[in-house]
Amino acid sequence: MSDLFPVRLEAARATRRGRTLVGPVDLELDGAGTTVVIGPNGAGKTTFLRMLHGTARLGGGRIRWNCTTEEARHHQCFVFQQPVMLRRTVMQNLIYPLRMRGMSRGEAEDRARRWAARVGLGSMLTRQAPVLSGGERQKLALARAMITEPKLLFLDEPCASLDGRAMREIEEILQEARAGGMRLILSTHDMGQARRLADEVLFLLHGWLHDRGAGPEFFTQPATPQARAFLNGDIVE
Amino acid sequence: MVDIWSGLVQAAWLVGTLDAELLEIALRSLKVTLSALVIASLIALPLAALLAVRRFRFRRTVIAVLNALMGLPPVVVGLVVYVLLSRSGPLGVLGLLFTPTAMVIAQVVIIVPLIASIAHQSIRDLWQEYHDLLISMNVTQGQKIRTLLWDSRRALLTAALAGFGRGIGEVGAIMIVGGNIDHATRVLTTAIALETGKGNFALALALGFVLIALAIAVNLAIHALSRTEREGRW
Ligand SMILES: Nc1ncnc2c1ncn2[C@@H]1O[C@H](COP(=O)(O)OP(=O)(O)OP(=O)(O)O)[C@@H](O)[C@H]1O
Ligand SMILES: [Mg+2]
Repeated sequence: MSDLFPVRLEAARATRRGRTLVGPVDLELDGAGTTVVIGPNGAGKTTFLRMLHGTARLGGGRIRWNCTTEEARHHQCFVFQQPVMLRRTVMQNLIYPLRMRGMSRGEAEDRARRWAARVGLGSMLTRQAPVLSGGERQKLALARAMITEPKLLFLDEPCASLDGRAMREIEEILQEARAGGMRLILSTHDMGQARRLADEVLFLLHGWLHDRGAGPEFFTQPATPQARAFLNGDIVE
Repeated sequence: MVDIWSGLVQAAWLVGTLDAELLEIALRSLKVTLSALVIASLIALPLAALLAVRRFRFRRTVIAVLNALMGLPPVVVGLVVYVLLSRSGPLGVLGLLFTPTAMVIAQVVIIVPLIASIAHQSIRDLWQEYHDLLISMNVTQGQKIRTLLWDSRRALLTAALAGFGRGIGEVGAIMIVGGNIDHATRVLTTAIALETGKGNFALALALGFVLIALAIAVNLAIHALSRTEREGRW
């Protein structure tokens, strides 16, 4: 099995009805650690993640994985900003991706029980997913993505509606996954979280990759005035 | 007023004594319409899902045609099926005219557009909800369709019930292609038409009450079946 990384974006643009939403972006990402995407509302974080994942229309340029796009897609998962719940029970949501990949029901349910316990949904397996609270949905969406053990996991604001404790638990799971070799690319508005998780930071502004830096340094010495203003919570022009 | 009352009494009498002829006619009605319903659902439901999921060139046209066909007058369907099945028609060799099979064919043609249109609307809504997730999970087209059909099964049941209602109460088409032959193709609706023509209002009414009761019973039965898997509702 070949590796996904490094992945190269060459003048990649995400477009919608002829309008460029993100890009052109030139970028190379390699295979380890956690990349955190930050930027103000509407900067294009979601669109950027989707473009890389392959679910936003590529209007120009190219994205080159170290393997076929097909293979790359098979080994990645995406946790959406607004989690999509299948109209089924929590258990059925969890086993869904495994069953679609041909795993037996028994094995899938074993794994589902482990993951449900891990994200604190162990007592809710028979509950209907659409009636879960916002935070519970996010945890379920995370577990449903991680259960397939992807090599690359996209997370679009995974902790947006979690309380402090749940957020710490999720971050712990993410750190563990990272230590186990899973590549994480996530967007967040929580600078504390960005600091805690980031090995690498991408700062997006108006659809451009404005700045890029290694984890801790980016926060202590942002290279551009815009990044500095954003980190200070000022208005970014 | 007297007619309605005596119709009710006669209906009760016919049902109470399990009148052989009534039983035969009612069972044939059920058999024809349920057969048509099963076949129509097998055609209409996958079609509806496909129309929601696949982008092909004439998708909008197909949807518009389906919606238009929903209002198709059954007599016209009957006429067309008659022409196709008649001895000199393209399917004449099958010898199906004036058989229950011909009636099933006509009913399938009538209820497929109805079931497909109603089903398409709810599957389309669900697809909008699931789209990003299923695309992201990279599931196959077949898995997509099966997921959508399964998760919208309640709405699909309603669509099927609407189809059943239309089929069991339909008279124009099956009169033409079935011929209302005693002990062969006579069903509740055609029997009602016949008895009304002969002036036997009480008997016609009695048959009418049985027809209504049958439709309600099937609706209740299916709803009860679906409710056995008691879950949250949306
Ligand atoms: N499907 C779409 N059609 C048209 N415009 C879109 C579409 N999706 C996103 N956009 C636009 O692209 C820009 C970037 O959106 P995106 O969702 O990527 O921002 P974001 O950085 O994730 O913002 P937030 O922090 O609010 O989640 C926005 O101006 C948005 O209005
Ligand atoms: Mg976003």
